[in-house]
Amino acid sequence: MLELLAHSGSLPLPLALAPAGEAAFPLAAPIQTMAWAGWILWLPLISMVLCGLCAALRIKNKLPAWITVAFIGGGFFVTLALYLSYTEPVTIELFRWFHLEWGQGESARTFIANFSLYVDRLTLLWMLFVTGLSALIALYASEYMEGDLKGGYARFFAGVSVFVFAMSSLVMGDNLLMLYLGWEGVGFASYWLIGYYYHKPSAVEAAKKAFIVNRIGDLGLALGLYLTWHYFGTVEYVNAEGTGIFDQIQAGVNADGESGGWYIKAIPFLFMLGAFGKSAQIPLFVWLPDAMEGPTPVSALIHAATMVTAGVYLLARMFPLLEALHPLALPTVAWIGGLTALLSATIGMAQYDIKRIFAYSTVSQLGYMFMGIGLMTTFGGAYHVFTHAFFKAVLFLTAGAVMHGFAGQIDLRKVSGLRHMPGWRIVSYTMLYACLCLVGFPFISSGFYSKDTIMAQAFIAHGPGYTALGVIAVVTALLTAYYTFRVWFRVCAGPVRYEMGDEAHGEDAGHARPHAPRFAINFTLLVITAGAIASIWLFLNGWGEEMVAGSTAAPGIVHAAHGETHAGFWDNPHTWMPWVASITTLAGISIAWYFHLARRKAADDLKQAMLANPIARWLPMAMENKWYVDELYHAFIRFPLWVIGYAFYFVDRYLLDLVVIDGIGRFPRWLGRAFQPLQNGILQSYGAWMAGGIALIALIVQYTEELRALLTQLFGGQG
Amino acid sequence: MTPTALAMVEPLSQLTLGHFLLTSAALFVIGLVGFLTRRNMILMFLCTELMFQGAAIALIAFGRFHLDVSGQVFVIFVLTVAAAEAALALGLIVLLYRRKETLSAEAWSELKD
Repeated sequence: MLELLAHSGSLPLPLALAPAGEAAFPLAAPIQTMAWAGWILWLPLISMVLCGLCAALRIKNKLPAWITVAFIGGGFFVTLALYLSYTEPVTIELFRWFHLEWGQGESARTFIANFSLYVDRLTLLWMLFVTGLSALIALYASEYMEGDLKGGYARFFAGVSVFVFAMSSLVMGDNLLMLYLGWEGVGFASYWLIGYYYHKPSAVEAAKKAFIVNRIGDLGLALGLYLTWHYFGTVEYVNAEGTGIFDQIQAGVNADGESGGWYIKAIPFLFMLGAFGKSAQIPLFVWLPDAMEGPTPVSALIHAATMVTAGVYLLARMFPLLEALHPLALPTVAWIGGLTALLSATIGMAQYDIKRIFAYSTVSQLGYMFMGIGLMTTFGGAYHVFTHAFFKAVLFLTAGAVMHGFAGQIDLRKVSGLRHMPGWRIVSYTMLYACLCLVGFPFISSGFYSKDTIMAQAFIAHGPGYTALGVIAVVTALLTAYYTFRVWFRVCAGPVRYEMGDEAHGEDAGHARPHAPRFAINFTLLVITAGAIASIWLFLNGWGEEMVAGSTAAPGIVHAAHGETHAGFWDNPHTWMPWVASITTLAGISIAWYFHLARRKAADDLKQAMLANPIARWLPMAMENKWYVDELYHAFIRFPLWVIGYAFYFVDRYLLDLVVIDGIGRFPRWLGRAFQPLQNGILQSYGAWMAGGIALIALIVQYTEELRALLTQLFGGQG
Repeated sequence: MTPTALAMVEPLSQLTLGHFLLTSAALFVIGLVGFLTRRNMILMFLCTELMFQGAAIALIAFGRFHLDVSGQVFVIFVLTVAAAEAALALGLIVLLYRRKETLSAEAWSELKD
């Protein structure tokens, strides 16, 4: 055993890096010749228009799917071409967008935001998996959504195209405004696709919830954008005059956050709010599990692989800014990430809906990514995004295949022994591999490498309670292993047994038998799994490291110095963490194996025993009820807002409408009714009223002075 | 004005403005009371004429008092209009009488609703 441990010093982890200089990161220079890269954005946009046309022309075949796959796949190949021709960071101007100037002399301000692309290695890392996975998942959806051919098939693919366009704008924009455009665009696409089954009230609710919760985060981003412009005078990352945000930070102009006002220090936290909203972290994570109401390809693409990583991208891109403007910014990110990882893992342990378990695992893994960013290993964070995109997409797509085949069945208690059923082998084993990646199974899984980079860093970095954070990360890894394999052992292993769901779709209507996935689903699963395997190799040969180092996220790269100065095994977390993580993972898998494959009854017994025990019963209940976070939000936010809303409603309904508006309308009528008796048709009475009126006027004229004196006396002065 | 004329006016100068206004008011009130108490349309019309004349006397008296002829001019206009109006009103009354065979004003009260 000792020999084995000693051997671990030579684990194949590429941690021998050149120490980066303080705040040294490569910046882009403008280039005139590469406008073709703009096709990465234009292709999905064209695809959206064509899908819209298909919807308008009522085309009821798979044409929209093929258009989307072709155009987004085209976008992937343009990205690939951009990657292959890449030499150094560049900005590519597509067209001038906003050029506003006002004021004179000292007070002169400008607002410049071009429709330009900022291409460095981080951009490429993101765009490669965004466009690649989007194309593959669109291919998957061509089969998955076929039950809706007569319904919203074209609408679905138009939404996917919008999403890819917005995500490309978010990642590739060379200024915060373009990022914001994409940010809102992906939020809109997410709303569009979660609410795809708009006849289902729960889907509509989930879409609204996602949109509204995201608005809170978006508000943070918008304010951060404004304050950045206010303070730096620009929203461009870099520009030709050398006054871009990163130019200024690299020049050290703003390195001292103490010198500025509170609003400068607020910028990192506002960006964080945006990131936590989009990437579903505490306190804004509640929308993501509900977002699973959308079609499964959407869950895989938007709510697992790509869109939810936008927050990680934002913080990785803005890493120098976070580092420079407030000393507590990065620890906050790390702690929020760590706590979210733990919280959502505990929730995931007690759910029965496969997609929801995977959704909570997404939240949990996103927590790891933020932890990585916060712990100053942007490489760990960003590369975990990359590996996670593949295996989480596979997990959702396999869950979707199960739903598709079993008429909407996603309860893990109701499907068992999938791998023994004919035609389900590819689904079962790609799911197995993706589960291994998610739990970080030693050596053969991509998650192992990226997650260990983050967890080890928790014991290296110096910050408030980082050691405790590292322990949280390891405990979360144990829980992750348990709940992930709980799904696999329940669904794919064990005796063959199943119940069909209640959502028979399309030509399946009436079939009570599951149907195995066909070519498009199996092919997609295999290709993405191959991508997950390839990402191990890309990690080991240093590609991932290089991709993050060649960008503005470079200051947050794990320094190799620790590995060299601390020779002993326990002195360098990078040597012992893989072993600790492996043991934790295996322990978690074993527990899951015992409770969910070997003795399935034991799990229920344990739960019953805990529920029967008055001291311990709160734990399973709280976990199954998601720690009552939704209920807390309901009690402390929704309910007060509801009360205020009703108070305003009553004021409007009864004070404004009834008293003011209706009162004004009714006053002439009352007046008319009061004088109506005068119109009695008797000429003499008219004459008498006229004579009386004239007499009254005559009296008033005669006694004006006396009258004024009387009124003055009565009303005090102003009469 | 010649002295003779002045002498002829002399006894009248004992009359003050107040006398004329009193006459005017008396005429007006007689007209008003008649208008309010009578039902016969012709009588009511005559009463309005009385009120007219009351007002006309007041105008002339004020015109004389202030040595301003515009009061008299105004009365001439009023009388002319009153004459035209009388012709019109009596014609209307004849028409109304033909409709309902009565001169009572109470017969014509349908507009109240």
